[in-house]
Amino acid sequence: MSKLSKKFIIFAANAKTYFKMVKVNSKRLKSALAGGLTGAVNGLFGGGGGMVAVPILKNMLGYDDKQAHATAILIIAPVCAVSAIVYILSGYFSWQVIIPASLGTVAGGLAGAALLQKLPEFIINITFIVVMFAAGLRMLF
Amino acid sequence: MSFYLYLLAGFGAGLLGGMGMGGGTLLIPVLTIFLGVEQHIAQAANLVAFLPMAAFSLSAHKKSGLLRTDGVLSVVIPAAVTSIAGGLIASLLPAMILRRFFGLFLLFLAFRGAAKLKLTP
Repeated sequence: MSKLSKKFIIFAANAKTYFKMVKVNSKRLKSALAGGLTGAVNGLFGGGGGMVAVPILKNMLGYDDKQAHATAILIIAPVCAVSAIVYILSGYFSWQVIIPASLGTVAGGLAGAALLQKLPEFIINITFIVVMFAAGLRMLF
Repeated sequence: MSFYLYLLAGFGAGLLGGMGMGGGTLLIPVLTIFLGVEQHIAQAANLVAFLPMAAFSLSAHKKSGLLRTDGVLSVVIPAAVTSIAGGLIASLLPAMILRRFFGLFLLFLAFRGAAKLKLTP
């Protein structure tokens, strides 16, 4: 048997492995592209990246719903820190707004997390949709 | 006086955010619609306000074992890079234009939420 055909047989035998490697890389590539979208949205709008990150973690990395929500925060936190620096360096910064708004957000967040256990999910989802829809319309026009 | 109004705005947005609704996204419309804060300033405030909240949530989630790290770096690194680009683009856009884009984004999220809604509670 010639050297070349030997090489070909080895290649063919390993084809499955190569295919797997490409597949893994395309998963990486997909999650990288989706991550890029998350960052762009979060940077442009100063938030909302979590809403993009949760479906990525669920659909591309196979996380379950609760894991995806928890891990999305891990992704968004450094991204928010980076884009906050960009905003601050661009001069969009007001201590008078940021300090009270941050204090309020933390207090409200803790209260909200406690309330979450008590309210039915359906009510929460409806509230969310109505608030987002009304705010979206108000800001568009 | 405005200190308490901003505090209240943060509280309301945090309350909904804590229930898992859009993270901190709601702070921005509350600040701009009700308190007349400029769009960019509101967005910067939301980014900063999210950080202490994230620290609390992460420590809670870590305890409950819900945090996963596999594959996360391949999402975080490109996200951090494009967020710089997103921030720079936002800083170049006039507030009214950015506000309209933001409004569209909220409408998109509202429609997506409605599409996923299960009608049987």
